[in-house]
Amino acid sequence: MKTFNEIIILFALLLMACDASAVEYNQVQSNQSTVSFGYRQMGVPMEGKFGKFAAQVAFDPDKLANAQARIDVTLSSVDSGSSDADESVQGKLWFDTRNYPLASFVATGVKPLGGNRYQATGKLTIKGKTLDVSAPVTLAVIGNRAEFNGSFNIKRLSYGVGIGEWTDLDTVADDIQIRFHLVVLASPASPLSNPPKRK
Amino acid sequence: MTTKRYSKISIGLHWVIALLIFSAFPIGLYMHDLKLSPTKLHLYSYHKWIGITVLMLAVLRVLWRATHKPPALHLARWQEVASGIVHGFLYLLILAVPMTGWLMSSAKGVKTVWLGIFPLPDLVAKDKALGHILSNVHTALNYTLLVLVVLHIAAALKHHFVDRDDVLLRMLPGK
Ligand code: HEM
Repeated sequence: MKTFNEIIILFALLLMACDASAVEYNQVQSNQSTVSFGYRQMGVPMEGKFGKFAAQVAFDPDKLANAQARIDVTLSSVDSGSSDADESVQGKLWFDTRNYPLASFVATGVKPLGGNRYQATGKLTIKGKTLDVSAPVTLAVIGNRAEFNGSFNIKRLSYGVGIGEWTDLDTVADDIQIRFHLVVLASPASPLSNPPKRK
Repeated sequence: MTTKRYSKISIGLHWVIALLIFSAFPIGLYMHDLKLSPTKLHLYSYHKWIGITVLMLAVLRVLWRATHKPPALHLARWQEVASGIVHGFLYLLILAVPMTGWLMSSAKGVKTVWLGIFPLPDLVAKDKALGHILSNVHTALNYTLLVLVVLHIAAALKHHFVDRDDVLLRMLPGK
């Protein structure tokens, strides 16, 4: 009888695995995704972006507690919106890319806001400093393709980005808006599959 | 001899524009080669704000000139033709110099926000190569302006100190 019980349990597990709604979006399409930012310089709104980043996402709308996300941005790939500044912004006063080549976001939780909206919280590390951030995210799903769009504001000085003569906030404002657009394809979740690999 | 002066509006616009150009020009030359710093970014903004102010005043000036005949002159024919040509180009350049500055800024993706408060529309989409070309055009027009302004000042001084006529006085405030 013991084996019979085991078979029942196995069947139950298989049924759960085949639950049609259990899709997990976990294949980030880097070439279609963007990480960009906005800031004000002398009152002028400027747009910048990062050419290189690595993102890992595991998101099942029905299992928010298991949601995972991590984005590592290669800071030397910065396009500051002004070619004059791309080099300086990698220097000691700004990103100091030699000592801190990456900025990382690691999600710590996702809460539903209703409909296709979520609130993601996580830890953002820039220049060796880690602070909590929280971003509203909208999810748009077409077939097996999910697009996550979100943005949040940080204060650059709280990360020590733009110090020395740049501490003067008249020139470059403290508020930096960070925006992300992630395209993630689904693969059906299965209890036998491993969680997404971490590098 | 009583001098028939330009209207107060013409005189006012002439000297305010002259003063602004005499500030924008050296700032433009100086800021260009500075290494990136808050000072550099401040100077770029001041330069752009002054230049846009010139553009707005220049539009008024040209409209005013088109609708108001200056007092008659009695100079040699060649002098009237020559000054007419130089003045024509000066009007053109006080419009074209700031216009190319504005176009260049749009092409470089750095919006112009007049006085840090009023955003001006971008005239062209961001395009690095175009920005570079417009920067060269802005510089070339500036040097043309410089040559004409030197000629313009030299002629005014010659009229005043050598010919001792009232050509310069016409453009100076007075009753
Ligand atoms: C009366 C009006 C203006 C004058 C006399 C003027 C004069 C100059 C001069 C002499 C330079 C240096 C050129 C060089 O060294 O290559 C310059 C550069 C510059 N001007 Fe103007 N300018 C005027 C209006 C404007 C306006 C309205 C703007 C933008 C809205 C502008 C934007 C610039 C920029 C961005 C540069 C630097 C070019 C570069 O970095 O390549 N200018 N200007």
